[in-house]
Amino acid sequence: MASQNGADAAFAIELKGISKAFGPVQANRDINIAVPQGTIHGIIGENGAGKSTLMSILYGFYKADAGQIFVNGQLTLIPDSQSAIRAGIGMVFQHFKLVQNFTVLENIILGVEDGPLLNTSLAKARKELERLARDYDLEVDPDALIEDLSVGHQQRVEILKALYRQAEILILDEPTGVLTPDEADHLFRILKGLKEQGKTVILITHKLREIMEATDNVSVMRRGTMVATVKTDETSPEALAELMVGRKVLLEVDKGTAKPGDVVLKVEDLRVRDEHKVERLKGVSFDIRAGEILGIAGVAGNGQTELLEALGGMIRATGKITMNGQDLPLQGKGSDGQSRRRAGIAHVPEDRHHHGLILDFTAWENIAFGYFNDPDYQKNALFMDNAAIKADTAQKMEKFDVRPPIPTLAAKSFSGGNQQKIVVAREMEQSPALLLIGQPTRGVDIGAIEFIHNQIIALRDAGAAVLLVSVELDEIMSLSDRIAVMFDGKLMGFRDPETTNERELGLLMAGMTGKEEAA
Amino acid sequence: MDRLPRWADLALVPFVSLTLAAIISALVIIAIGQDPWEAITVMVQGSVMNAYGWGYTLYYATSFIFTGLAVTVAFHAGLFNIGGEGQAQLGGLGVALACLFIPWPHWSLALIGAALGAALFGAAWAAIPAYLQAKRGSHIVITTIMFNYIAGSLMIYLLVDVLRPPGKMDPATASFPPEMHLPSFNEIPGLNAIFDTGVPANVTFFIALIMAVVVWALLWRTRLGYQIRAFGKSEPAARYAGINPTRIIMIAMLISGGMAGLMAINNVMGEAERLLGNSASGAGFIGIAVALMGRNHPVGVVLAAILFGFLFQGGAELGLWTKIPIELRTVVQGLVILFTGALDMMVRMLLVKIFALFRSNRMEAA
Repeated sequence: MASQNGADAAFAIELKGISKAFGPVQANRDINIAVPQGTIHGIIGENGAGKSTLMSILYGFYKADAGQIFVNGQLTLIPDSQSAIRAGIGMVFQHFKLVQNFTVLENIILGVEDGPLLNTSLAKARKELERLARDYDLEVDPDALIEDLSVGHQQRVEILKALYRQAEILILDEPTGVLTPDEADHLFRILKGLKEQGKTVILITHKLREIMEATDNVSVMRRGTMVATVKTDETSPEALAELMVGRKVLLEVDKGTAKPGDVVLKVEDLRVRDEHKVERLKGVSFDIRAGEILGIAGVAGNGQTELLEALGGMIRATGKITMNGQDLPLQGKGSDGQSRRRAGIAHVPEDRHHHGLILDFTAWENIAFGYFNDPDYQKNALFMDNAAIKADTAQKMEKFDVRPPIPTLAAKSFSGGNQQKIVVAREMEQSPALLLIGQPTRGVDIGAIEFIHNQIIALRDAGAAVLLVSVELDEIMSLSDRIAVMFDGKLMGFRDPETTNERELGLLMAGMTGKEEAA
Repeated sequence: MDRLPRWADLALVPFVSLTLAAIISALVIIAIGQDPWEAITVMVQGSVMNAYGWGYTLYYATSFIFTGLAVTVAFHAGLFNIGGEGQAQLGGLGVALACLFIPWPHWSLALIGAALGAALFGAAWAAIPAYLQAKRGSHIVITTIMFNYIAGSLMIYLLVDVLRPPGKMDPATASFPPEMHLPSFNEIPGLNAIFDTGVPANVTFFIALIMAVVVWALLWRTRLGYQIRAFGKSEPAARYAGINPTRIIMIAMLISGGMAGLMAINNVMGEAERLLGNSASGAGFIGIAVALMGRNHPVGVVLAAILFGFLFQGGAELGLWTKIPIELRTVVQGLVILFTGALDMMVRMLLVKIFALFRSNRMEAA
């Protein structure tokens, strides 16, 4: 680490003693970091460790309570994002800031037009874009509308926007959260290209694999402090995980063999049409036994969401589902979420913000969500027993280590991992016969991932059937007792996790298969 | 954004908003060449400094509590019910029919019957927009506004052509039989010690307070209220939980319409004692402002309703005792709505900055 006095021009960015508090929460505490020019520097830490706050200070969104910023050795004040851009800092946000019905070119020049008439700016941008595409492998059709582009391409436009504004230092905040594995690989190639051209890249992520793959150096943050900065090739995922969490973390799931019992859920020829009458689920059949985890792998958007929602009673479907020998209606009366819960189906939805939780509700109100008819939660025929729900919530929070364990806190005030734990606690503690669980660890930090995985295994060992849907292939491979791959609304076949490999599953996920298997 | 302490959120923000509205109102009064100090004196003296003034202030407040609660219930289901005006007019019809055509032996029974009629008619008037929203996706704001006009026209037709007693010139029903007379504050034993002259405030005020408690219990203590609030916060999440959207929209709007309809027992049965044209006289719209200012909480609604009752009564006094035209009361109300409703965020953000400044100063001093 650089000395506290002079700054070194070899560092693109040097932060000294940065602190920032939000009310009583110290988001950043005396942060020192030096990013050498022409490197890819990773910043890793759990959700809420202070990574995003630090970068927001660097980009002028927040004013630090204390500390100094040096850009290329120069003490620089960054009161707003315009100053950051002038200092050569560009930022690519997790949620893109693009105008959907503008073309790529129009988005690029937005805010940096040369004059009232757009023609000259557009022509200049077109030329510059061609050069950037050539130099950095950043090809995008300049005349395409943003809304027609894939997420990966939209992200490229964000990078191009920064480069067009002559950014020498590029900050990317959780860039792969929205990308498919292929798109992520392409992104890392682009970043390496940028590095070779002398640009500096700061990559914020909580995924260890990306850090190991793409960075030269990595800084680890934990609870607002910078705990270490190391060379990437001198460390290991295990060491980084331990630094992040502050204790040893098991990256591999430790589970015994499954002891499958009777068939719990039988699904036959399940079909779902969306509101445009397009068939999203094209005749899916499978069954799950008690004490078994069936993992559904696949690229997002191939019908997994519809599968979960149809089984969970959220959307209408056709076909036949049988639960412990009993038919469950797929539309009309008895096909809603309440009936499903009565049948013993618990559902951890893929999207906890839109479905699993009501963010404005308190934790205890969320614990009753979906189970508000539970007799234990009623005081009498008229009133709910709020005190009983709060007590129950406190118990579940303790068991699932939700932090902070305050039942009256609004759901939105919890970190992503703790929000997910609230949903998982609610659904698993119902001791369901069947658990539907979608993207169980999306946006969840490492410590919580380990915990949630163990809970899923424990539920299986207690005799529940589990339907696991995840776009994380690692998760599917390590948790499932059987794997089915979904592509274009159909199951491409079943595989045994012991004998299959990522390559085979990857091909199935892309819709390529030699033999069709009967389900 | 940093957050304000709870007391500032609940008390300081409305206080600052009201002060700003008062300052602008004073400027308007100066601009028309009158004395703002005299105006505020007349307003306060005529509305809250004596029993007579309170008798009017609370009478107006009673109506506003009902319409404010109506907006509140719908709001928690994510529905903006602008149709309180029409629902209250139909509630008036329910009251009139109950009072004119059923020979009640005593006012207390008449009150129950009229309240049922009022709630039923108000709810029925809300049911159609609710059904269109739930089943056809027609936006409730548009349909409820339209239903206000339809209600107005329907009432004119009924009063002119159907309910007007033969030989009478004005579009109104016959007066209700005297047995239907609801006790005013000056007729209630105990209260008449304070209210020694005739005032329009009547027993309905207590029904309004009871309804505020009922709405609170409904929303925060029952399964139905839980489902209404969950649906109002997030429809996709409600679908996940198995909450039936059609059912919630219908129930919430029926309760809302019924609440607005109930207002009629105050003005139609308690005061006019017959049904006149335009019976709600704007109280349905004031209810929107009341709910907005009361933060869609029954306690806030009661307080805001009393404030608007004060503005109504004080404004009327202005027209009576000063050269300031009574229309100024509309200006003052408009400013109060503007500052407490539309510009609420402006005041809030200003206070957030001031508080943040305070905090950082304190931290530096420490």
